[in-house]
Amino acid sequence: MSQPLIRLENVSKSYPGTEAPAVGNLTMDVYEGEVLVLVGPSGCGKSTTLRLINRLIEPTAGRIYLHGEDVTDIDPSVLRRKIGYVIQQVGLFPHRTIAENIATVPKLLGWDKARINERIDEMLDLVSMDPAIYRDRYPKELSGGQAQRVGVARALAADPDVLLMDEPFGAIDPITRDRLQNEFLRLQQDLKKTIVFVTHDIDEAIKMGNRIAILREGSEIAQIDTPEVILSEPADEFVENFLGSGAILKGLTLKKVRDIDLHDIPALEMPVLRDEALKVLENSPEKTAVLLDKDHRPLRWISEASLNRTTQPIEKSGKPITIDLQPEDTLQDALGVMLQSSVGMAVVVDRSGKYLGCCSIESLASMIISDSGGSATA
Amino acid sequence: MSTRLDQIQESTLEHSLYVVSVLGLASVFSIALGVLTRRSVLARELSLAITSVFLTLPALALFTIFIPLVGLGFAPSFIALFLYSLLPILRNTITGLDGIDSSVLDAAKGMGLTSRQVLLRIQLPLAWPVILAGIRVSSMLIVGVAAIATLVAGGGLGDFIKSGLARLPLPNSLEAIWTGTLLCLVLALIIDLILQATKRATISRGIR
Repeated sequence: MSQPLIRLENVSKSYPGTEAPAVGNLTMDVYEGEVLVLVGPSGCGKSTTLRLINRLIEPTAGRIYLHGEDVTDIDPSVLRRKIGYVIQQVGLFPHRTIAENIATVPKLLGWDKARINERIDEMLDLVSMDPAIYRDRYPKELSGGQAQRVGVARALAADPDVLLMDEPFGAIDPITRDRLQNEFLRLQQDLKKTIVFVTHDIDEAIKMGNRIAILREGSEIAQIDTPEVILSEPADEFVENFLGSGAILKGLTLKKVRDIDLHDIPALEMPVLRDEALKVLENSPEKTAVLLDKDHRPLRWISEASLNRTTQPIEKSGKPITIDLQPEDTLQDALGVMLQSSVGMAVVVDRSGKYLGCCSIESLASMIISDSGGSATA
Repeated sequence: MSTRLDQIQESTLEHSLYVVSVLGLASVFSIALGVLTRRSVLARELSLAITSVFLTLPALALFTIFIPLVGLGFAPSFIALFLYSLLPILRNTITGLDGIDSSVLDAAKGMGLTSRQVLLRIQLPLAWPVILAGIRVSSMLIVGVAAIATLVAGGGLGDFIKSGLARLPLPNSLEAIWTGTLLCLVLALIIDLILQATKRATISRGIR
């Protein structure tokens, strides 16, 4: 990999009167454009580590580099203006309007008024809030989710390369949190900021992180790697325990439907004759076929048994297909659809709704087995 | 009659001068003291203890103990009123600064405001409603207590009350007492209105 954008080198933080350091001799690199998630049990020093980067906490020892430049001794205020900062409680300035809040850092940097104004609208648009409605409102008029959107907009206003986020979605209800996480991931695809993200929630870490650092007490790195590797090859018992029992299920959120081999279930294209259908079904190993309309869109599950049971026209036999999957859906979504489906399979369609194949519990299971088999030999 | 009016005008002006000058100086001093001691518990408690003593002392004593140092008239009255009005403003400054959500300060620092900018742009504006409430309490105190200035030859509306008291039960003595008292009330009302207007003009809609 290239030169790290942020480098912590042998950084320690200890407080007088306490023996164990809050952060002990930590060396960690953060690369350009990645989301590095620091995750660990409470009190492990993950927030302290984050606050060492923008020097809200001054390190007792060690060096901090940004863009290869030692920033351990520069004016902390100057450093912080280059680094976006988002915290769980948001911390909007209650006496200032949303627009003024967002303008904070640009103003500190001395941008001219027109540019700041333009930027405020741009930022509100970015976080899907209508500038006409929200510019002149005050923080007390916002819901928790809206406030954190503004918090993110404010942190991004001066276009910093680096964003530090301390449990940004921790105080938000689960449904809104999920939506904000998704929106944020979409934003990050375009913005490509270098982000250090702190959470205590391993699921959030897996969802948000390009890499995850699992920390134990004293901010010691237990394992730092991609979510895939951490899930399939936990470094030690601590990591294993921290991942919890659902590691395989968590791993399903990382894989997409397109990553597994689709089951070849024969398709019957309308209009189709009964005899023709029966012949196809006989040759199908699952004794099942997918009935498609003339545009190749899946309509119903047809089985040999269902066809034999009735004299109804073929488009009325079998079971209707109500939900389908696309290759970009996660395997977790796929599992949900399969469990709901009457035949234990889910149809996969392309963007225009055309039939691609089926995904079955077996194919999912064999992928999981081959994955964990791989890790056993690794 | 015109001399009586002149006298009323003069005494009211004197009284107002006490209120405005003392309130101005005491506000600046107390807010500054609250800001300077905000990081040290010891300094804060000490300044609160000392200013409490001023407020606890009998007002009459406070007016007289400075006479040996500064003589009679405006000076001892001003000093006494000044000391008397510190605690409410100091107390509220400390409460106001303490009551600010720590996440707001964390965010402010984290975005690169210097501690001076945090103080001037975030802390003081957010503490201002509470500080202003303290100023209001002090203003009411001063209007009332300034009536004692007359006893150290400091003038003010106390002159009417004192002369009325001295002439009781002669004609017009009660009227003099009432004149002084009612004018104090009117003055208190006017100052309150001014402070209300200040509040409306200086407190952001976001924290009202």
